[in-house]
Amino acid sequence: MTLSPPPGRRPLPVHAPRGVGHLRGDMPFPEAARTALADVQLRRNLGHATATIRAKREAVVEEVEDWEALRLAGAAIKDDTMARLPELLDRLEQRVVEAGGTVHWARDATEANAIAVRLVEATGSDEVVKVKSMATQEIGLNDALAEAGIAATETDLAELIVQLGGDEPSHILVPAIHRNRAEIREIFLREMPGVDPDLTDDPRRLAMAARQHLRRKFLTARVAVSGANFGVAETGTLCVVESEGNGRMCLTLPETLITVMGIEKVVPTWTDLEVFLQLLPRSSTGERMNPYTSFWTGVHPGDGPQAFHLILLDNGRTAVLGDAQGKDALRCIRCSACLNVCPVYERTGGHSYGSVYPGPIGAVLSPQLTGVEDNASLPYASSLCGACFDACPVRIDIPSMLVHLRERHVEEARAASRVPSVEHLGMQAAAWSMADAGRWEATQRAVSLGRVMGREGGDGVRRIRSAPPPLSGWTATRDAPAPPAESFRRWWASREEEA
Amino acid sequence: MRIALFITCLADTLYPDVGRATVRLLERLGHEVTFPRAQTCCGQAHTNTGYGAMALPLVANHVEAFEGCDVVVAPSGSCVGSVRHQHAMLARQAGDEALAGRAEALASRTYELSELLVDVLGVTDVGAVFPHRVTYHPTCHSLRLLRVGDRPLQLLQAVRGIDLVELPAAEECCGFGGTFAVKNADTSTAMLADKMRHVRDTGAEYCTAGDASCLMHIGGGLSRLRTGTRTIHLAEILASTGETP
Repeated sequence: MTLSPPPGRRPLPVHAPRGVGHLRGDMPFPEAARTALADVQLRRNLGHATATIRAKREAVVEEVEDWEALRLAGAAIKDDTMARLPELLDRLEQRVVEAGGTVHWARDATEANAIAVRLVEATGSDEVVKVKSMATQEIGLNDALAEAGIAATETDLAELIVQLGGDEPSHILVPAIHRNRAEIREIFLREMPGVDPDLTDDPRRLAMAARQHLRRKFLTARVAVSGANFGVAETGTLCVVESEGNGRMCLTLPETLITVMGIEKVVPTWTDLEVFLQLLPRSSTGERMNPYTSFWTGVHPGDGPQAFHLILLDNGRTAVLGDAQGKDALRCIRCSACLNVCPVYERTGGHSYGSVYPGPIGAVLSPQLTGVEDNASLPYASSLCGACFDACPVRIDIPSMLVHLRERHVEEARAASRVPSVEHLGMQAAAWSMADAGRWEATQRAVSLGRVMGREGGDGVRRIRSAPPPLSGWTATRDAPAPPAESFRRWWASREEEA
Repeated sequence: MRIALFITCLADTLYPDVGRATVRLLERLGHEVTFPRAQTCCGQAHTNTGYGAMALPLVANHVEAFEGCDVVVAPSGSCVGSVRHQHAMLARQAGDEALAGRAEALASRTYELSELLVDVLGVTDVGAVFPHRVTYHPTCHSLRLLRVGDRPLQLLQAVRGIDLVELPAAEECCGFGGTFAVKNADTSTAMLADKMRHVRDTGAEYCTAGDASCLMHIGGGLSRLRTGTRTIHLAEILASTGETP
């Protein structure tokens, strides 16, 4: 098998298409972040939640002596997988078919949605229950199903909260992280059919209300849709890792199971899971082991779903694979450790990123899936502090990748415009000046004239309290140092003369 | 030892006191400091903003300027991080394997100040006197690119008269991030607000760090709000003998 299309069909799309799915935001990150930063409740909810998960993660990672070796192994397995992806996907398809399943190949979100809709329609059902899945969020499957008159019910508690609230997920693992329990109570009272009107915001009462609501769905639904954390090529086994047990219900009760899996989720062998099932729960929920790990291989008469469909999704992934400095983003196992340690994410939340993949991994994955220019502000949504790289269980060097994507943006923006941007010209001028010490000294003399913009404070230090754009972004909230009367190199020169 | 000072463009232009302190400190410890005049900038701001190709001549200039030196020190974790982690990579991306090799060789003898003092010169007590309440902010690049660990703290703990207090959430970024501070000014400021709160909570008179850039950010916020807390570079504390901080 190759990833090139059969003759007569359109070529593989390079990027995830526009107009479908949730990989692009309505506004650039800085603008979206400004609104989020002003949301008092959001800041409080996020600060509390990320701090809690961070502490849990740190504690359970620390107790694993060979954590670094596990990280290296995880990265190595993923790299090996990406290096022979076509072969492994071929094997996965073969094994799934041998076990009685059907495999569908979807080049993009549009194709994946069409396949899923067709499969549900063929069952005659107009409703599906869903296991929490990033891939189906990415392609906007619920919207596509709704258009076809099929009602999808999210069964993960947090996804349910998001769905009932008419909201978007803001975290990979904890999609309703931006909501607190008072808000959840309000959503349930407003949107959950038959909910107890005396519902309080006690977490247990909220969970029980959701449980009652979902049980009815589990027992009546004939079709389930899931994603997959892993797909084992060697055996054709799919795997979902979860905490609540709702996934297990969806994976076992309905007659038909449709799984949408990104092509990068394949692993070569069953034993590779040994590494990932240690890395994933500790990195994501901060647990030693997650409560429910479900595996299924094809279909079994009289036991579980009698029809199983696997939709293998590209949607820009092959394009990522083609970028030598960007492809490591495909190692991601969606643990969200990078979100929880990110000082930017902690303050802006997930919606600011405009994609279902927020935080540091989103900032490197979304622009690669959509093409950098469709998410051009995301590679800059980081101070490059490096906390994400340290936390990543599969050692994705996110800071270096962000820098690489910034470079791609600069190149593409330059190529797309006849005139270079002001920033481009400024950088060019600075580089010209700094490539030679003589020119640099002349520049420093010019900069030192900026001293007149400064005012002496009570402490005798000259500071600039207000500057024109683009430096106004700095001086709006921070003083800038006024250039000193003498640069270091001039001081050094006069010192040498004296000596 | 003969030590070449890589002053960094920021300290050269805006914070010459940091350079003077570094010179004073190393000379007091009995070393000879040189200043290769051809040096300018490591090019990190270009590289990290997406203009890596423009940074290449700066890398070449940096290598030229310092190639003849046995040991190079910079009072900046971030700029040493750029020398160690970006210079060879940039050269390689441009297909200049020769420059990449020279950059790697130079990087292997380029040190951040606390690394030089503790690892190369083998000293933690530099004979400094600084009778003030101080808190230390480990800058992201010294922490996570260079892994300087507790070297700066070892140096600070040996300073006479110092009242060193631990900074809460010390390892969290101050929000500087180079052009991030301007491109994402709101988010940057939100991060700074929390950093300043933690600094203020310590009751410190001075917040110190190994990078003039992060200190410019933290100090810019502290002075804007008239907090009465100042920032001071690690080199300035270590150079201090009590009379002039």
